[in-house]
Amino acid sequence: MDGTYRPGPFGRSLAWVTALYLVLPILIVIPVALTDQRYLSLPQDGISFRHFETVLTSPEWLGSIWQSFTIAVAATVLSVSAGTLCAIGCWRISRRATELVRVLMLLPLIIPSIVYAIGLYRYFGPLGLLDRFAGVVIAHGVTGIPYVVITVSTALASFDPRLEQAARGMGASLSQTLRWVILPRIAPGIFSGAIFAFIHSWDELVMVLFIASRDVFTLPRRIWDGINENLDPAMAAVAVLLILFTLALLMADRALRRRSEG
Amino acid sequence: MSSVGRPGIGWWLLILPAFALLLVFYIAPIVQVLTISVTEPSLGFGNYQRILTSSAVQRVIMTTLRICLITTVLALLLGYAIAYAITLASPRARGWWVLAVLVPLWISVLVRAFAWVTLLRRQGLINNTLIEAGVITDPLPLVWNEFGIVVGMVHYMVPFAVLPMLSSMREIDPRLLAAARGLGASRGEVFRHVFLPLSLPGVIAAAVLVFIFTLGFYITPAILGGGKTLMVAEWISLQILDLIRWGLGTMMATVLVLAILVTLAVFSRVVDLRRIFGAGA
Repeated sequence: MDGTYRPGPFGRSLAWVTALYLVLPILIVIPVALTDQRYLSLPQDGISFRHFETVLTSPEWLGSIWQSFTIAVAATVLSVSAGTLCAIGCWRISRRATELVRVLMLLPLIIPSIVYAIGLYRYFGPLGLLDRFAGVVIAHGVTGIPYVVITVSTALASFDPRLEQAARGMGASLSQTLRWVILPRIAPGIFSGAIFAFIHSWDELVMVLFIASRDVFTLPRRIWDGINENLDPAMAAVAVLLILFTLALLMADRALRRRSEG
Repeated sequence: MSSVGRPGIGWWLLILPAFALLLVFYIAPIVQVLTISVTEPSLGFGNYQRILTSSAVQRVIMTTLRICLITTVLALLLGYAIAYAITLASPRARGWWVLAVLVPLWISVLVRAFAWVTLLRRQGLINNTLIEAGVITDPLPLVWNEFGIVVGMVHYMVPFAVLPMLSSMREIDPRLLAAARGLGASRGEVFRHVFLPLSLPGVIAAAVLVFIFTLGFYITPAILGGGKTLMVAEWISLQILDLIRWGLGTMMATVLVLAILVTLAVFSRVVDLRRIFGAGA
């Protein structure tokens, strides 16, 4: 819009208040993490990095961070491979025939994770997947598939199907067409999907509360216990580290999209 | 693309891994657990009768519906203001507004709940500041009650409300607004008679999205409600993890899923669902 019509004073101020309401409470954890006190508070006589030091030298926190990271990487691999292939298949086969698959793909976004979590709690018991790395990877990987399907489908929407037909017409096999024609074109969409699937697993708590207990103790689980048991500034330091990590991932995604758009 | 003919079996095989994974590790566990609601403790609909007879069950449902409605209305109002500002902003300012919506969207829900606890609790930053300033003498009860839940939930839901409304507002031709102004309509009239009606599909989509997300939300109400104000998701978890009453817990889970699916089915006639969820990414 070229600026010929602007919101009035009421709309403008409500928008500003909302933006501050969205952003400020998140930023408040930064000064709290830098406090020189032993309890949750703003810095009194200067800032201190000791709460970051506490976190980054604690074997419990580092162990959970590493565990969350490896689970998220494995879950992302699962979501991206299954999701990308599914999106390509749905794109090539007609809309009508794949309607069921498309609806199925929306379910993990619609059904609350508490319902899935209690389902897994019962289902994983006999399979021996409770409190196992593999169990959490499966849970996170499967629920991450829709994010990949959505981003890859968006990327495919701008892909000319005649390129695929030309490749096939010139004798390329299905796997050659996938590898040399389709995948390179939709790589940015796949990467976006990977970032979303990664964040989905990295932040996930509800399933983990039910299907993991002692051996698998992810970062969100440790934060959850911290909030419910001992509120100390180390928690704020963890929050700041998480915010920085999320921002870095989002910036990577933005940069990549900008580059692919030219 | 019909000239090349029907896609071969190979393309169907591409769908197979995702389809099988979802069937075996998503649909099966959910269906299995929801059937418990009619098999435990005894076969039949005994658990569902509790909706009519148990005041505890009714209280949880009413609390959840009340918080959901309040949250949806507030998230829509605030989200509308932001989406409106983004639509009418200059390209430069637009980037910043979008950032103010997207960054909270992707920051961990735990981090956000923790931030609200820091601000709202008895010795929290807001109460301490107000006491030091002499405005109040006793700390206000800002958290571990319904107020705290609504503050945290609205904060979580505003970005989800913005996205569908924004995509619908972007389709409004800006020249319509300028034309209405030029024809002598006041700012309020332009908004009421031109902009608002054209943006309504997005508002309905946003309302559906926020409402169904809020219904089954677990983390924020559990942390900011402090165990005193129970919403459905936390109540289910309590039944299953602490009280080991699978029948009752899964009954409520079934009711929750049905409520969400019915809401979607009713509104799928009015709004395109794929558009709602497509906008989330």
